[in-house]
Amino acid sequence: MSDPVDVLIIGAGASGGAVAWSLAETKMRIVCLEQGDWMKPSEYPSAGRDWEARQMGDFNPSPNRRGRITDYPISEDDSPIKIANFNGVGGGTVLYAGHFPRFHPSDFRVRSLDGVADDWPITYQDLEPYYAENDRMMGVSGLAGDPAYPPKQPMMPPLPLGKGGAKLATGLNKLGWHWWPSDSAIATVDYEGRAKCINLGHCTAGCAQGAKASTDITYWPAAIRAGVELRTRCRVREITTGPDGMATGVVYYDENGVEHFQAAHVVIVACNGIGTPRVLLNSVSGRHPRGIGNSSGLVGKNLMFHPYAQIYGYFDSPTDGYRGPGDCIWSQEFYETDLGRGFVRGYTFEFTRGQGAIMAAVTGMATGRLPWGEDHHDAYRRLHSHRSGMVAICEDLPEEHNTVTLDPQLRDSSGIPAPRITYTLSENSRRMLEHSVARGTEVLRAAGAYDVGFESPLGHGGWHLMGTARMGFDPERSVVNEWGRSHDVKNLFVVDGSVFVTSAGVNPTCTIQALALYVADNIKKRLANLFD
Amino acid sequence: MSAPLSPLQQRALRRLAGMMIPPSLKYDVPGADDETIMADILASVGQDHEHVVAVLADLDKRAGGVFADLEPAEARVVAERMRTASGQALRFVTQLILACYYRDDRVMRSLNMETRPPFPKGFTVEQGDWSLLDPVRSRPKLYRDAPP
Repeated sequence: MSDPVDVLIIGAGASGGAVAWSLAETKMRIVCLEQGDWMKPSEYPSAGRDWEARQMGDFNPSPNRRGRITDYPISEDDSPIKIANFNGVGGGTVLYAGHFPRFHPSDFRVRSLDGVADDWPITYQDLEPYYAENDRMMGVSGLAGDPAYPPKQPMMPPLPLGKGGAKLATGLNKLGWHWWPSDSAIATVDYEGRAKCINLGHCTAGCAQGAKASTDITYWPAAIRAGVELRTRCRVREITTGPDGMATGVVYYDENGVEHFQAAHVVIVACNGIGTPRVLLNSVSGRHPRGIGNSSGLVGKNLMFHPYAQIYGYFDSPTDGYRGPGDCIWSQEFYETDLGRGFVRGYTFEFTRGQGAIMAAVTGMATGRLPWGEDHHDAYRRLHSHRSGMVAICEDLPEEHNTVTLDPQLRDSSGIPAPRITYTLSENSRRMLEHSVARGTEVLRAAGAYDVGFESPLGHGGWHLMGTARMGFDPERSVVNEWGRSHDVKNLFVVDGSVFVTSAGVNPTCTIQALALYVADNIKKRLANLFD
Repeated sequence: MSAPLSPLQQRALRRLAGMMIPPSLKYDVPGADDETIMADILASVGQDHEHVVAVLADLDKRAGGVFADLEPAEARVVAERMRTASGQALRFVTQLILACYYRDDRVMRSLNMETRPPFPKGFTVEQGDWSLLDPVRSRPKLYRDAPP
């Protein structure tokens, strides 16, 4: 039996770091258990000649391909979209692109405005101060004045347009469509001890420079200085409960496979939209026979991704190729609902500069543009550093048949049942993807691309994992309340993308973190009667 | 730890790599069957070992014998048939060959790339013409107000 801690956080990723840092000022005893390791920036792929190969290996976004000892397998044969994640201090922020758009005000009122899904129990205005605080902690570059958003003030100048961004912007201007420099969690000037971006290349295998804001270099150092204890290589099996149904702590395995129990007065789950329902569903007891916090039966249901379409073009003149952060600008021309388009809700175009030399060859061969044999070299030189394009991040709507359950056979290296994904694309998503491919093609043609291709839906694009422990006022229709507390278990909180009611059409990280700060603030305000 | 590829398997893989990317006098680059590049490929098989073995076994099966011993014209036909059939294993083997080929110093130099890792020197990306944003700046707001 361990000494109880005041707060136990499971997961040290985007939301775990934020909630730990915010709660640290209470001087409570806070412990975070993380199944992965601390990352060493000097060992990130961009520090070596084999940087692209490692993105296809030990830094692959798929845990099933990556297969690190710190990963857990995911059964995903029943989904056209495969899971991307990372397990370690920083979690998904280690591998994310740093694209940092906020939700729109309308994203919190989907039912009221568009008659679909459900409204969130909170508003943009509720989250706005937490967005701003998170921007400051993560360090966000961008440009004020975007007509697609209420006023906001990035901390640093935007990422450079570059050759690729300028081409695409020219095409967007010809069409009269919106675009703006992306808000990015990438330092464009030295910021809070982080060196500025030096355009190492695409950010999705960790940033050796430390310019990209992963929480291992933003929130966690500050949280640890403030007294939070972070234990790595600790894999939680289950949350335990007492006779009264309240959480009593967690059972976890250390890196040697030794089982431990850590008692806690409050448990906060921050394991993402797959890991969180997995932990909750694995936490079965007499009081919680379907998993802890699951009286609604909604834990693991309503899984949302962002179905992605990738649209790319090849140009006669060079693009940025392997240089610079992948992202540069976005367009939200098709973000807000217009039923004349044939679907409800919308999407963001996230424009991408180019590809590395190896990825140019890999995708060239996969799409039939790059032949075997003597014509290979001429063809390759038309592809290399001549590609730019975009992804469309389409809003996914919640559907109860899209689920995370426990796989009856598959287990991780600790013997814990692994998650199983069951997901089908909705007709609305299909129409949105088709629309985005057609519009993206128009942009590329207007920008001067001589050859345009696409992949839709993007099979490996399951980066954004949302909705599987949704928030709401009604205990029968949601898992946690409007400030992240389980309806069933009053000392259990969820702070990651699981609590999303809807997905919006933007990358979710800054909203996940703003929510974590918002939940932490609510906990702090209610410390005297937190369990009432 | 997987067993290393046998000499026969290595010969077959080398032949496949050379068919995929032959040398080019025009660009003064070696083929993927170059000795140095092959050494890199063999050292990098790692987690793709099972895919490599599967592809080589498939080639032998399609060859009705030893793929590595076929006459060049026959080998091309066999390899083309396998390529047309595609499959996940070939995709991983292709990635392996391309990853080693396009990080070779001679190949990178032919592409005007510096033969170094991105970090710590980094690269330059031009700012671009921010006046392109002027027409967007003048647009009215695009976002919808939401009820409380």
